[in-house]
Amino acid sequence: MAETITRKLMLYFPECETEKPIVYHLVKDYDLIINIFRARVTPEEEGYLVLDVTGTEENIEKGTSFIQSLDIRIDTTQKGVTREEERCAHCGSCVPHCPTNALSIPDRNTMDVEFNTEECIECLSCLKVCPFGAMKSLF
Amino acid sequence: MKTIEQINEKISSGKAVVLTAEEIIDYVDKKGVEQAAKEVDVVTTATFGPMCSSGCFLNFGHSKPKMRITEAWLDDVSAYAGVAAVDLFLGATQLRANDPANIDYPGEFKFGGGHVMEKLIAGEEVQLFGLSYGTDDYPRRELRTTITIDDLNQAIMVNPRNCYQNYNVAVNASDKPIYTYLGYLKPHLKNCGYSSAGQLSPLLNDPYYRTIGVGTRVWLAGAQGHVYSEGTQHSPSCERGVLGVPSEGAGTLALTGDMKQMDPEFVRGVSLKGYGVSLSVGVGIPIPILDEQMLLQTTIRDRDIMAQVIDYSTDYPERTGKVLGNVSYEELKSGTIDLNGSKVKAGGLSSYGKARKIASILAEEIRNGKFTVTQPIAPLPVEQSMNPMKEV
Repeated sequence: MAETITRKLMLYFPECETEKPIVYHLVKDYDLIINIFRARVTPEEEGYLVLDVTGTEENIEKGTSFIQSLDIRIDTTQKGVTREEERCAHCGSCVPHCPTNALSIPDRNTMDVEFNTEECIECLSCLKVCPFGAMKSLF
Repeated sequence: MKTIEQINEKISSGKAVVLTAEEIIDYVDKKGVEQAAKEVDVVTTATFGPMCSSGCFLNFGHSKPKMRITEAWLDDVSAYAGVAAVDLFLGATQLRANDPANIDYPGEFKFGGGHVMEKLIAGEEVQLFGLSYGTDDYPRRELRTTITIDDLNQAIMVNPRNCYQNYNVAVNASDKPIYTYLGYLKPHLKNCGYSSAGQLSPLLNDPYYRTIGVGTRVWLAGAQGHVYSEGTQHSPSCERGVLGVPSEGAGTLALTGDMKQMDPEFVRGVSLKGYGVSLSVGVGIPIPILDEQMLLQTTIRDRDIMAQVIDYSTDYPERTGKVLGNVSYEELKSGTIDLNGSKVKAGGLSSYGKARKIASILAEEIRNGKFTVTQPIAPLPVEQSMNPMKEV
């Protein structure tokens, strides 16, 4: 059996494509395991969906081609939640609230806070506790 | 062993040996106190964190015709106008007009006095709106204009309470989340908030205020400011541990400096959800190493500095005086503390990274002869307590 991989995707839906059951097709037609982190998909409006897809590389490729065929834009650069580096004061108040350790202090001597977007599940906890407004959400 | 004058001569000739309060620890371990005290001239300390007791005096120059401003807003944040005609005092914790505050709990407090101060120092435009009743010599009744810090005659920061010697560690023992100035606290003691630079913090390195006093020159967000008084709530009579370092709030400093000389990296408006707005300020203070005793004070390390854990859901607001436990800054900085057998996640509100950076910048300025040390013109009280409010 081919090895499975996981990829984090952010889908951007133009207004017209919000009514199709995309996740259903990804599971049913391409045998992908879907883990949705965050979604804002409202009929008649543009929408966003951030999710992990797990499956064989081939199936992920096919699945993403299917999504793109619907004029849905796929972003793999992980910009759903970002950190404005200049605003971050590295106080560390976000760290205890981050459930996945995406925000962490690897070196307790410098106490610098690192943000590993790969680990971020976009729960937005950090946005609520950042005193400097350094953590941003695209939607 | 050394006088302030001798140290300043070395600084002026570019020969001063300067280390940060972090570097000095290993240095003394290696060289011994006696040898290190001979070699080292200055140890730099620093802190960066919310200093709610902050604000600034601004002078705008006169409009034509003149106006005796009686009410004023800067970017919609009310400034105190009960001073001279075109002088205003802007407080860091003042909310923007129409901010819903905690009506929609927990409020977000996105913008306030601290943010206006940050904008001014960053050189950004700020809107001034002023009202007056008009007088014979100051007839104008209303004005609206935009200014930057360069248009002001003076922009002088004042921090009536800064550099708290030590501080509480806040937890929440109740069964609902609470929002405090030490951050969002989950119920059942799940996390704690603290705010101190620990071993780098100025007054923890000079716990009896031997070299830091009224008149001491300080690095205030990049400007050369000074201590103008003891800070409000200065209460040095308290429990003290290793090397006389207090395990509670204790001493404070009142600082002032020219905002036109400041670096916006070290003056930052902060929004504390459910609590309000404030200002984070970076401060650096040099400690002249007059003798071995002074050097020894600067070797204090995180594991020997203790702080009190207080329940901010009941004991803090109700002023019961109850302390749940004591923890060291080494433990706090590790990210998890042990509170009576349970593990509690720890998060800071002050930035140790910025404090380190400030201590290094100040050390470099002293090495380059740009920043000299000062003899205080008056000492800070060493015995003094803080009284609660008199209520009828």
